[in-house]
Amino acid sequence: MLAIRPRLASRLAAWVALSPALAVLVVVYIGCTTWTIWISMTASRMLPSSNFVGLRQYEALFANERWTVSVSNLVIFGTMFMIASLALGFLLAVAIDQRVRAENLLRSIFLYPFSMSFVVTGLVWQWVLNPTFGIERIGKNLGFADFKFDWIVRQDMVIYCLVFAAVWHAAGLVMAIMLAGLRGIDEDIWKAARVDGLPTWRVYVSIVVPMMGASFATASVLMATSVVRLYDLSVAMTNGGPGIASEVPAKFVMDHLFERQNIGLATAAATSMLITVAAVVGPFLYWQSRRRAAAGAH
Amino acid sequence: MKHTASVVALALGLGWAGTAFAQDKAEVIHWWTSGGESAAVKVFADMYTKGGGTWVDTAIAGGANARTAAINRTVAGTPPTMMQFNTGKQFDELVENNLLNDVDAVAAEMKWKDKIPGPILAATTRNGKMFAVPVNIHGQNWLFFNTEVLKKLGAEEPKTFDDLLVVLEKAKAAGLIPLAFSGQKTWERGLFNTVMVGVGGPKLWMSVYGDKDPKALKSPEFKQVAETFAKLRNYVDAGAPGRNWNDATALVIQGKAAGQIMGDWAKGEFIAANQTAGKEYGCVVLSKAGGGYLMGGDVFAFPKTKDAAQQKQQIVLAKMLLDPATQVEFNKKKGSIPVRTDVDTSSMDICAQKGAKMAADPAQQAPAMELLTAPAVTGAVEDVISSYWNTPAQTVDQFADKFAAALKTL
Repeated sequence: MLAIRPRLASRLAAWVALSPALAVLVVVYIGCTTWTIWISMTASRMLPSSNFVGLRQYEALFANERWTVSVSNLVIFGTMFMIASLALGFLLAVAIDQRVRAENLLRSIFLYPFSMSFVVTGLVWQWVLNPTFGIERIGKNLGFADFKFDWIVRQDMVIYCLVFAAVWHAAGLVMAIMLAGLRGIDEDIWKAARVDGLPTWRVYVSIVVPMMGASFATASVLMATSVVRLYDLSVAMTNGGPGIASEVPAKFVMDHLFERQNIGLATAAATSMLITVAAVVGPFLYWQSRRRAAAGAH
Repeated sequence: MKHTASVVALALGLGWAGTAFAQDKAEVIHWWTSGGESAAVKVFADMYTKGGGTWVDTAIAGGANARTAAINRTVAGTPPTMMQFNTGKQFDELVENNLLNDVDAVAAEMKWKDKIPGPILAATTRNGKMFAVPVNIHGQNWLFFNTEVLKKLGAEEPKTFDDLLVVLEKAKAAGLIPLAFSGQKTWERGLFNTVMVGVGGPKLWMSVYGDKDPKALKSPEFKQVAETFAKLRNYVDAGAPGRNWNDATALVIQGKAAGQIMGDWAKGEFIAANQTAGKEYGCVVLSKAGGGYLMGGDVFAFPKTKDAAQQKQQIVLAKMLLDPATQVEFNKKKGSIPVRTDVDTSSMDICAQKGAKMAADPAQQAPAMELLTAPAVTGAVEDVISSYWNTPAQTVDQFADKFAAALKTL
């Protein structure tokens, strides 16, 4: 009997200590999410109203060309950006891991773009890529009269400019994470591989990469979150243009929430983003918990 | 006894003076933060201060940001004394939710309703009552051109879009940028709207944006508008997408481009470059059928408050904003024209005088798009126009269908 009391007391203390965080979770996250979903089913314009319209905002949303372009842009951007920044970051880390001279300097240079905000990154690349005073102009001044590099003003190519700037921005961070992972590989593995006479590339591909699962996972999660909240890069670099060719979902939500006074449609878009993210993250979490349970059963 | 009475009177008097002093205060939320704009808003602040009040200036950069802040505070019950909107439908829901004080009594007292152009008056009136004080008229469909360049090309000042196309072709042949353009959604919409009222005429304008009539979008007039707009694509340079409007104006100022289609706020750039209207640059509203001066502008609205002293200040402010002398001073700095048609504009530049003449003529007046459509609709139409401008493969029919869908925004 006596033994139970302290346990009860410590449990109570734990709950008390947890309550502020719990309150924030319930009110801010769950509360606001529920409210957003509710508003998305009303005809709200500038102010929230309770004029229920069912799923008509969602019908309007998916009939909206700008929204469908935004979503497909996010898919293109997300896939290319993740693959490219992971690959480039990994290769940079491998290069630096060859015990090169001036390693510290190179590491700082590669990591440097990450210290800049997306707004600055976007602005700089907007200038570099601008056909009237950027790379194209330099090429023409060098005497190549037919030199053309106008991707940023072409509807079919502009999204790759966004990918390019974002990879430039993030590759350094991926490199830092990968480098930490590479340095964590036991020296004995390298020695053993050398004794077996394996070529270096083979050691990387077959042994080192599979051992760096945690580094890849960390980098992927960081990259994935910056894909979903992609907003400032598009605003600073192209403002969604030319036309609607580089629009992204987060920008759709922001524009409709404020400038366009259409919070019904904005919240419908936000809810759709939430559902999409949940549809990707949910099965992943389930798979992980299954794997953990299976590992525990052994 | 006498003593006591005078002491009481003195105390009361001091009390009065004290409260009056503390409450002759007005907080104003606006988004006029650039050089010329803040000089303009200072005219209001100085006039109010001269009248014995204390002007608390809450300038928030960016129209949407300033409006959001003001609306949030109004809904939360701690409103500013007055807040800025663009002339049009931005404050509709505040009126519907009974969050604004009307200014109908002052308007009647000062006889404002006879002096403000019809479309602007209509845009500030809800249910027969005036709910906002307009302070200026910005003409949105001007063509600004470099007179020197036009002379070199041997071209006359264009009067219609057909004339303009001839000038642009000459400029292109001479290796200049024909039309200085800023390829951002807002200005793509601005250019289209200028073509719509200039080629289609005010009647088409009203049936598209006023009545939102889908039949008007299938008319031959609309088709001609869309085709003329599409032709203009051939006369902008490769650097246009994403360019800021003032960078486009700079191209005209430097003589690298023949002209620019923009609202009269572009004059600020010419003035800053020490150019004079009628000398280095010219201005004209292109119109075929006659009429169609697109008028927008800014208004101030007064949030509901229980504080009697604040209500009093709101009336003081309203009267100050439309005072004839204030109107001329403010609009000279702002680049717009006075919203009262009875003030003397002879001290303003010739573009402003041209504008004031059109604004006073009911046959020329036309309401700007945002006076007719809610922000949600304006935005949806903007996306459609931007997509059409940037996609040469899109047909006029596809454009008209998307346009009709955007006008029906929920």
